Amino acid sequence: MRRLKIWWVWALVCSVGAAHAITLIDDRGTRVTLAAPAQRIVSLLPSLTETVCALGACDRLVGVDRYSNFPESMRRLPQLGGGLDPNIESIVALKPDLVLLAGSTRGGDRLRALGLTVLTLEPNTHADVRRVLEQVALALGVADAQRVWRGIEADLQAAAGSLPARLAATRVYFEVNRAPYAASESSFIGETLARLGLRNVVPGSLGPFPLLNPEYVVRADPDVIMVGDVNFVGMADRPGWRSLRAIAGQRVCVFTPSQSDVLVRPGPRMAQGAHLMADCLRKVLP
Amino acid sequence: MTDVGRQSRRAARLVGALLALGALLVLLGASVGSTGFERVWQAWRDPVAWQIVWDIRLPRTLGAWSAGALLGLAGAVAQGLFRNPLADPYLLGSASGASLGVALALVSLGVSPFAETWLLRVGLTGAAFGGAVLAVLLTLLLARGVQQTLRLLLAGVIVGVVLGALTALVMLFDPEVMQSMQAFMLGSTSFVGWTAWWLMVATWVVCAALTWMLSPVLDGLSLGEATAQSLGLPLVPLRLALVVVLALATGAAVAQTGLIAFVGLAAPHLVRSVAKTTHRRLIALSSLMGGVLLMAADVLARGLLAPQELPVGALTAVLGGGYLLWLMHRGDAMAPSRGS
Repeated sequence: MRRLKIWWVWALVCSVGAAHAITLIDDRGTRVTLAAPAQRIVSLLPSLTETVCALGACDRLVGVDRYSNFPESMRRLPQLGGGLDPNIESIVALKPDLVLLAGSTRGGDRLRALGLTVLTLEPNTHADVRRVLEQVALALGVADAQRVWRGIEADLQAAAGSLPARLAATRVYFEVNRAPYAASESSFIGETLARLGLRNVVPGSLGPFPLLNPEYVVRADPDVIMVGDVNFVGMADRPGWRSLRAIAGQRVCVFTPSQSDVLVRPGPRMAQGAHLMADCLRKVLP
Repeated sequence: MTDVGRQSRRAARLVGALLALGALLVLLGASVGSTGFERVWQAWRDPVAWQIVWDIRLPRTLGAWSAGALLGLAGAVAQGLFRNPLADPYLLGSASGASLGVALALVSLGVSPFAETWLLRVGLTGAAFGGAVLAVLLTLLLARGVQQTLRLLLAGVIVGVVLGALTALVMLFDPEVMQSMQAFMLGSTSFVGWTAWWLMVATWVVCAALTWMLSPVLDGLSLGEATAQSLGLPLVPLRLALVVVLALATGAAVAQTGLIAFVGLAAPHLVRSVAKTTHRRLIALSSLMGGVLLMAADVLARGLLAPQELPVGALTAVLGGGYLLWLMHRGDAMAPSRGS
C-alpha cells in the first residue's frame, strides 16, 4: 500500500514535470529546453549570479565563477574559474541542471557537448537587465520577474528624484580605467547617468567604452569626474589635468572596488548604482 | 676608399633627412589632437587650446621622440652586443619585468592604503623601471655574468617567459587590472609630461655618451668574438657596461610609454638599409630613426580616430614592420640584377 502511494506521487511529479517543460531562446538564438525548473545552477558571470539571487533563488546556486562576490554567501560556494578559464571538470562534477554564462565565456560549447544545459545571456544595457531577469525567472520557474523589475524601476526613479533641480544637466566624465577608457552615453553606465538626468561628456557615437585621447577630457572640462579609487591614484598628476574644474575644485566621485562592482555590473543592483552616483553628486556639489 | 666616402655622405644625408622629418613631425604632433587637425598658430589665442598644446601635445610628441630614440639606441646596442640582427631591446627580460612591476603595483593599489601612499611617490613609472632593471639583473644572475653571449640570451628568454607567465597569473586573479595592463602592454604616450620627457632625454644623453665610448667594442665584436679578444679589448667589463646601457635605456622608455613594439628592432635595420656605417654613427642614426618612427606612429595614433586613440605600439609594429618587409623584398628584387 505504502509502496503504491510512493509510486503514485512519483508519477504525479513526472507528469507535472513533463507538463512544465520550459523552453527558452537564449542570446545565441539557441533553443534551450529544461525538463523542470532548474534546481542546481552554476553561474559564470557576477551579474547573472546576482540576478538568480534577486529572484530569491540564491540557494539553488551550487557554484559560481571567482568574480561573483555578491551576495556575501557566494564566497562560500565552490569557485569554478573565470570567464577566460572556467574549470570544466569542476562544473561537470557539480552535476548542475543549468549553467548560466555570458557569450564571451569560453567553454560553453564544451559544456554543451558534455550534456549540460547551458543558457547564454548577455546583459549589457538597462533593457537587457530586464530581459535577462525574465529569462532567468522562466528557467527558475518563479513568477517574480515583473515584481523585481518594478522594484528596480521604482528605485531608479527614487534616485533620479533625489537630485535637486540645480544638479540637472551636470556634465560628468566617468573613467573606467586609467588607459583612459571612458564610459560613453551608449554604455550601461551612460544609461544610468542619463536616467539621473546628467550629461555625459563622452558621446555614444564613440562606442560604449572608447579609449580616449586625454586632452579630450581637458578640453571638455567636466563638472564632475567619476572614477574607481584604483584609477584615481595619480589622476591630478596627468599633464594638464590639475587645472580641470573637477580636480581643482575636488569634485571627483571616487568609488571603492565594491561600489565599482555595483556601478559597472548590468544586474539587479543597478538602481543601487544610481543611488551611489546621486549621493556623491549631492556631496561634491553642495 | 671612395665607397667609405660615399657611405659616410649617405649617412650625413640621412641625418639631415631625419632631423628635418623630426622637426616636421613635432609641428604636426602639436597640431593633431582630440579635435583632429588644427593649426598650432591658431591655438595661441585661446588659452585652453594653448594649454593643451603646451602641457599635453608638445611633451607627448617630444616624449615619443625621446622614447623612440632610447629604443633605437637600445636596439643598436642589442644587435651589436649579441651579433644578431634579430636582437631587440627587450631581449634581456626587461619588458616582462616591467609588466610584472606594473601589474603588481596596480594590484597592490586596490589592496592597502599603505601601498597607495607608497605608490604615489614612486608611481607606476617607478614600478615599471624597477621591474625592468630587476629582470635584467635576474638574467645576469642566471647567466652567471656576461662571459657567454649564448647563455645570456637563453637566460633572457627564460626570464622573459617566466615573468610573463607570472604577469598573466596576476591579471587573471584580478581582472580589474586587465584593461590597464593591456594599455601598458600596447604602449601609449598619453600621459607623458614635461618631467617624463626630461627624464628620458637625460637618460638618452647618458646612454648615448656611454655607447659612444663603447662603440669600438661593438665594432670589434662585429668581426667576431675571437677577433675582438685579439684586439686586446677587455671584453667582460665592456660587455657588462653595454648591458647596463641596454637596461637603462629600455627601462626608461618602457617606464614612461609602456611596451612599444618593434621600434628597437626596426630602427637599426632601417638605418643600415640606407648606409653601412660604424657603430658610433649607427647609434646616433638609429636613435634619430627610432624617434622619427615613434613620433610618426604617435601622430597617426592620435589622428586616425580622434578623439579616440589607437594603441601606439600596434601602429609602430604595422608601420615599422611593413616598411622593413618592403625593404627586404626590394633588396631581394635588386640583388639578382646586381649580381648578373
